[in-house]
Amino acid sequence: MTAPVLEITNLHKSFGKVEVLKGINLTMQSGDVVSLIGSSGSGKTTLLRCVNLLEDYEDGVVAVAGEQIGYTQRNGRRIRLKEKEIARQRAMTGMVFQHFNLFPHMSAIRNVMLGLIKTRKMRNDEAYATAEGWLDRVGMKDRKNHYPGQLSGGQQQRVAIARAIAMNPALMLFDEVTSALDPELISEVLAVVKDLAFDGMTMLLVTHEMQFAHDVSDTVVFMQDGRIGEEGPPDQLFHSPKSERLKAFLKSSKF
Amino acid sequence: MDILQTFEAIWAARWPILDGFGNTILISVVSILLGTPLGVVVGLILSYGNTALRFAVRLYSDFLRGTPVFVLILACFYILSVVGIQLSALQAGIFSLTLFCSSHVGEIVQGALKAIPKGQTEAAKSVGLTFFGTFFSVLLPQALRMILPTWVTTATEIVKASTLLSVIGVVELLLATQQVISRTYLSLELYFFAGFVFFLINFAIEKAGRFVERKVSLPT
Repeated sequence: MTAPVLEITNLHKSFGKVEVLKGINLTMQSGDVVSLIGSSGSGKTTLLRCVNLLEDYEDGVVAVAGEQIGYTQRNGRRIRLKEKEIARQRAMTGMVFQHFNLFPHMSAIRNVMLGLIKTRKMRNDEAYATAEGWLDRVGMKDRKNHYPGQLSGGQQQRVAIARAIAMNPALMLFDEVTSALDPELISEVLAVVKDLAFDGMTMLLVTHEMQFAHDVSDTVVFMQDGRIGEEGPPDQLFHSPKSERLKAFLKSSKF
Repeated sequence: MDILQTFEAIWAARWPILDGFGNTILISVVSILLGTPLGVVVGLILSYGNTALRFAVRLYSDFLRGTPVFVLILACFYILSVVGIQLSALQAGIFSLTLFCSSHVGEIVQGALKAIPKGQTEAAKSVGLTFFGTFFSVLLPQALRMILPTWVTTATEIVKASTLLSVIGVVELLLATQQVISRTYLSLELYFFAGFVFFLINFAIEKAGRFVERKVSLPT
């Protein structure tokens, strides 16, 4: 049996004295789409950021494809890996950010090519072809030479998705990818994400788009106060929530 | 003021003046070319160095910026020879201006790095870039665009500060002019001339800076 794509065991994380993750367990197999929902401050985004070590975590294990991210055990002590090792591990996952975070001094295609050349060590022409292919897939091929400043938010986010997925990651992380977009631009981005999901990409999403989470996910995880409050198939979670907290949350998010 | 007489005096002394002019250019260019990369390193350490390193470089930068360039030049010329490092006046002068340049560039680089949104570093990390990959591919190109206008000002400061090397006997444009004045007594005219040449140098630097700024500005 192959290792799960993502296996989180008893994950703990604090910011100073505030404990934001209080023992999270989550397993994802290849092709799984899992959505994290919950009110702000519940730890969704922090959980996502621990998976590629944009946040360090204090206790527990985050493993991608069977490999612990960020730390190793030596003589019973927990040691942080070297920066170079961590950089390699980060490339096992692709991340799309709320605020796109495209590199403003590079054209769309250069944005996608950077990781391919620097991390995947592709030749320039090979990286160009790969990047162009993914930009085509997200409907941005005709704007490949545009700079981020020349693109709308929705277009920038589609380029950012291409940048992440061109790296051929085992797992894609989406952090509220439509929260910074104007309402009329949300659907074009969601369509791209949906397309990738139906294509079998393993994805972990943080989202406030409840209908989208319902349509696209295999499992929905409701987080509250740094713990997993409830999890299950979308129909069960959205239509017959067990806890009062989830009922109140769904009501307030107008699902 | 006899214009004709002034031009005659300048023409007669054209070679020593050109020599001085050449030295001014040489001193400024070398100091800026050495001081800028050194300043980038200073900015890098101020931004990302560990506590001890950052403290040492902080001290270095504050000390250099808090000291008059004049004192710095005298110190480089006299103190270094006491500790056994023999530099010519020209070398000591370039050395002092390089340090001066590095501390100023260091500060503006640190400021620029601070102004780049954290998401840029995170995005670079998320595609597997190492610290240096992130710095050279993502942060530095953005920081350099930001510092360009301030950096141009620093470059003109260096040109102006190069006149101070005359006190340790470096025959740059100002000292060369003074030597001509001591023969011709045309002090007002020739100081005016020298001042005008310095203005032209800095004017050219400003214009070149604007040109580069336009060249590297990002389309919106």
